[in-house]
Amino acid sequence: MNLRPEYQNIFTAIQVRGHLEEGMPLPEGDVPRMGQPFHSYWMGKIGNAQIGPIYLGFLGTVSLVCGTIAFLIIGLNMLASVGWSPIQFVRQLFWLALEPPGPEWGFRIIPPLDQGGWWVIAGFFLTVSVLLWWVRTYRRAVALGLGTHVPWAFAGAIFLFLVLGFIRPLLMGSWAEAVPFGIFPHLDWTAAFSIRYGNLYYNPFHCLSIVFLYGSVLLFAMHGATILAVSRYGGERELEQIYDRGTATERAALFWRWTMGFNATMESVHRWAWWFAVLTPVTGAIGILLTGTVVDNWYLWGIKHGIVAPVPDLYPTVVDPLLSTGGM
Amino acid sequence: MNFALPMAAGAAALLGIASVVGVDWDAPPSVTEQIGYRGTGMYVTKDEKEVREALAANVVPESPWEPDPEGERASEIYENVPVLGHLSDDEFTQFMASITEWVSPEAGCAYCHNVENMASDEVYTKIVARRMIQMNQTLNVDWTAHVKETGVTCYTCHRGNPVPQQVWYRDIEPEKASNGYRDGQNVAAMFGGNASLPQNALEDYLLGDMEIRVHADTALPMGTQAATTKETENTWSLMMHMSESLGANCVTCHNSRAFNDWDQSPPQRVTAWHGIRMARQLNVEYMEPLTPLFPDDEYHLGPQDDILKVGCNTCHQGVQKPLYGVSMMDDYKASLGEKSPNDYQVKIIPGLVAPEMSKAGMTRFGRE
Repeated sequence: MNLRPEYQNIFTAIQVRGHLEEGMPLPEGDVPRMGQPFHSYWMGKIGNAQIGPIYLGFLGTVSLVCGTIAFLIIGLNMLASVGWSPIQFVRQLFWLALEPPGPEWGFRIIPPLDQGGWWVIAGFFLTVSVLLWWVRTYRRAVALGLGTHVPWAFAGAIFLFLVLGFIRPLLMGSWAEAVPFGIFPHLDWTAAFSIRYGNLYYNPFHCLSIVFLYGSVLLFAMHGATILAVSRYGGERELEQIYDRGTATERAALFWRWTMGFNATMESVHRWAWWFAVLTPVTGAIGILLTGTVVDNWYLWGIKHGIVAPVPDLYPTVVDPLLSTGGM
Repeated sequence: MNFALPMAAGAAALLGIASVVGVDWDAPPSVTEQIGYRGTGMYVTKDEKEVREALAANVVPESPWEPDPEGERASEIYENVPVLGHLSDDEFTQFMASITEWVSPEAGCAYCHNVENMASDEVYTKIVARRMIQMNQTLNVDWTAHVKETGVTCYTCHRGNPVPQQVWYRDIEPEKASNGYRDGQNVAAMFGGNASLPQNALEDYLLGDMEIRVHADTALPMGTQAATTKETENTWSLMMHMSESLGANCVTCHNSRAFNDWDQSPPQRVTAWHGIRMARQLNVEYMEPLTPLFPDDEYHLGPQDDILKVGCNTCHQGVQKPLYGVSMMDDYKASLGEKSPNDYQVKIIPGLVAPEMSKAGMTRFGRE
């Protein structure tokens, strides 16, 4: 017996190649779709083998231009911050960043360019780019007669992005509270943020966000595994299975009902997944929005509300030396 | 499906990136010790190979002989011994023999003295040494909150080098172009654990007295704590320096669930608190004023022409208790264990003679 039958797979096993599709005709006056479509064997390994054409339109074009401007401002600032040295740029790329303005500039709209002004400008173009891309996903969804689930899910992520880089700095009255554009520096910011505000671990919205994040991962793994496991019975045709439940659905449902007493349906599992995914950034954003504005020290807040586990007083001799020495 | 090839390619790519950015990974075996209450994650993990190397590198040198405190005073025998004149002749020569071994084993007496006229103050290193002896005495007398009964000697920092190797200075490399903005951070910070944290945090805390505490003491905002995430990163950079210097980690001094809370902090935090203030005093009162004495070269000054300064690693050198807590004070009680009765003011006279010696073994400070 073959131990790995064809239908027991992790990677895409079958490439369906039909005629290259152009898609439905566009309404009069629309910018035409771009690019000659073609088949790619390797892209077919992870998705549809047909690449292109792409519809950019006005919104997509402006969004890409704004995104490119932001990308270049950030990249050139990184390069300038190592004195235009290409070697240092490559070597320290993960360390480099465009830093937001310091606290001395408050929320001034454009501080001097070499004092964080570039950060504000890059942030502006990135925001415009992201928002236009959102409008584009909304309009494309409507144009195809779809629901607007994808744009609203995307909006959840955009809300978190705006809270981090704009809304919260606005409420705090300082750009210095915003996140730098850089690989390690934005991670350092995350940790410094938690340290400054007394440990985000005790922020209930941070807890919720983690629940939804890990929950999303778990749901994604459970769902993906379930569908792959029943693909030998046509289970990957999920939408058909919603209204015409076949043996794939029956078996998937039985599997979960037998193992944990409860099962999602072909429809509901996607609603679970959508809400878990969307609530991850939305609850996270609420947690960040409350930090510094409404709560200044989450650990002390947690003490106040009884969510901090007590530990015995292991170090009774330790006293803040500032109190015991008066500073010396 | 064959997984081996993509896995191997992935591992190779990861190692390739790691070698380009120069990661500092610890290879097993390592030992982990629980140092706090269960469930608080307070563990210290040590690389066994590094511990063995540190044990070998941190051995206290023997005293050349046990000095006799009786007999004529050094001031009665020798000329121009304002700081050590109260020692007995035997204590004085034993200390001079030791300091030569500790600081200038190669150049010998001539590193500080004109050997034709030992009393002369014409070599600048003699002035520096005299000031450093005063500094050492201050450390052992005024800073027992940090150095305890163990105390320190010249060897704690010098380890046979004319200039201690683990020091810090103003670091602005790689220099930014005029229109760039990285706010003194966002490059691998040499004195901040190679993190992308602020590069010169030590200048703010171990030379200046910038506020380290960035936490609010109240659950809700009362307007009492103005520090932003940026000041927090600055504090964090200092903390990285401390943990790198001591081969320790955050939980050596803190319960990381509430970094600011003293009630949950191990006693090491109090020792460290005094250490920060000690290093600050050493830099402000002892190191900085000596700047004009030093030759303007990369062996004695930083690339920005500031004096090489004392950090936690200057004494600790990667070990939580310098020299594994072995005290040398029994043999140097009179010379370094108490302050000189003569309140001598060291005069800073620029343009003195530099000792003639080879720079071969000396450390060049600054990035390559």
